Amino acid sequence: MFSSIFTSEAFAEAWTIIKTQFPLALWETFYVTVLATAFAIIIGLPLGVLLVVGEKGGIKPMPKALMAVINFIINILRSVPFLILMILVFPLTRVIIGTTVGTVASIVPLVIAAFPFVARLVESCLREVNPNLIEMAQSTGATPFQIICKVMIPESVPSLISNFTVAITTILGYSAMSGIIGGGGLGKIAINYGYYRYKYLVMFLAVILLIILVQIFQSVGTKLAIKTDKRLKNQTVKKRS
Amino acid sequence: MAVFSGRYFFMIEIQNLSKTFKTADGDLEALKHIDLSIADGDIFGIIGMSGAGKSTLVRCINMLERPTEGTVCVDGVDLGQLSQKELRAQRRDITMIFQAFNLLMQRTCLKNVMFPLELLGMNRTEAKKKALELLEIVGLQDKAKAYPAQLSGGQQQRVAIARALTTNPKVLLCDEATSALDPNTTNSILELIKDINKRLGITVVVITHQMSVVESICKHVAILDMGEVVEQGTVEEVFSHPKSTAAKNLVFPEGEEGSFVVGNEGEHFIRVVYNGAYAAGKPMIARLAIEKGIEANISYASTKGISGKAFGTILLSISGDENTVKEAIAYLTTEPGIEAEEVEVNVQ
Ligand SMILES: Nc1ncnc2c1ncn2[C@@H]1O[C@H](COP(=O)(O)OP(=O)(O)O)[C@@H](O)[C@H]1O
Ligand SMILES: [Mg+2]
Repeated sequence: MFSSIFTSEAFAEAWTIIKTQFPLALWETFYVTVLATAFAIIIGLPLGVLLVVGEKGGIKPMPKALMAVINFIINILRSVPFLILMILVFPLTRVIIGTTVGTVASIVPLVIAAFPFVARLVESCLREVNPNLIEMAQSTGATPFQIICKVMIPESVPSLISNFTVAITTILGYSAMSGIIGGGGLGKIAINYGYYRYKYLVMFLAVILLIILVQIFQSVGTKLAIKTDKRLKNQTVKKRS
Repeated sequence: MAVFSGRYFFMIEIQNLSKTFKTADGDLEALKHIDLSIADGDIFGIIGMSGAGKSTLVRCINMLERPTEGTVCVDGVDLGQLSQKELRAQRRDITMIFQAFNLLMQRTCLKNVMFPLELLGMNRTEAKKKALELLEIVGLQDKAKAYPAQLSGGQQQRVAIARALTTNPKVLLCDEATSALDPNTTNSILELIKDINKRLGITVVVITHQMSVVESICKHVAILDMGEVVEQGTVEEVFSHPKSTAAKNLVFPEGEEGSFVVGNEGEHFIRVVYNGAYAAGKPMIARLAIEKGIEANISYASTKGISGKAFGTILLSISGDENTVKEAIAYLTTEPGIEAEEVEVNVQ
């Protein structure tokens, strides 16, 4: 069946589809991914902080029961396969967006799937912060909130950026999957044309575009992480002219 | 002195302080009934082997570690009675520097020095001005925009010292502040601490496992061994007449004085204790030979110069009879600050 992929008719047909559909699909995929990541960070970052500071021996210990519940919820959400999670959150999506189909509606399951993941990433970043620095802040009279905002988070910015890059590429993959249940973007094109109508060339192109997006996100993230890390030696001190 | 200025004579008073850690394999008594009084304006050394409880003790002074028992008063305030909020305010008066410097690596030096002021909510221009002044005091104003990773260890500790001074503290706690530095850098940091103590009148507590650090800057010293203060007093007293085993081990790390010396038949030994003699420029042994015709060999010597005076022990071996020995002792002890006595050593 693959012999029919590279015929000139197939190319002509694919080109029409690409011209008419790809710019919008690319844009949809991009903003869904970025928005879902942003919301996942908005929820996941404070949660990740709570996981570190709220534990026994942390800088702001929380009731044991609360910590157990949070950990339990995160673990449950992390273990449900995304395809099933998308269907499970239909009621919630309907409440928030008003519908369960379409590009915007797919943001809800993406956020629900991604925030627990982000919370765990943040947790692991913050655990890497040198405990001596926290002791220093405490001995300087910092409140727990100040320690979080002025020590723990700023000191882990480079590793947070690396980890958020992992998150955004993962969410990009999920967003493509949401094409199955009515989400828009490159995933929808790949499934509609490739899976339902056997237009493999279109599907390949959609996949190639996804790969390129991942590459872009990843290299921008890596560069940013390196650039922000002041622990690396030999950085030139900016001179005022 | 400080009494008249209305402040407490003792800046830090520690009474019956104990700290027990609950660990997986039972209770660990890190500190046992510590009593210490540290005078206002003093540089007080707390010396002990690794694991003696030094860090725990210093962390109790700013209540980073809550004592299991006992009280810690700083400038007359019982820290154990304070709420978390009041305690945080007190900590501006009791700042700390560390072995690992503990600078925020993602901030410039200037921002590091501004950190305590930022916590107070001081306005940025004012905080920056103050931070620059302090960087100047530690000699690093040109590094304001550099990041800690671009600085040497000694420079990083200077930044940490500047940071510790921003809130005009009454007490500076130094936990092994020079242990990660080479000897030259150590000396320059110690000089800086000494200078700060003198100029700003800040009471300094120096935690260390190195004799040399205590010798070079401390006025008083306490020896901590297995969670207990086994000896305390002026540096001169403690180091010239170490009584406890822990003190002897620190003062004579190469072993108990002269314990390895083995004598011959007919040889006599005199132990000469320098207890603050102005021995410089007075070659006692040579004069003993010239003026009294008594020849002495040095079998063992461990002396140190502390603020221009000599402290320590010399073991002299003399061939001759009892009278020669008596004569030698009489001659040596005419010098103030020198004690001498005949001692027995193992005979071959
Ligand atoms: N948080 C802690 N929990 C359990 N044991 C501790 C803790 N902190 C210190 N200790 C123990 O207390 C003793 C003294 O430690 P420390 O004060 O760090 O000694 P030093 O600074 O003199 O090397 C050690 O045996 C150490 O293992
Ligand atoms: Mg220690």
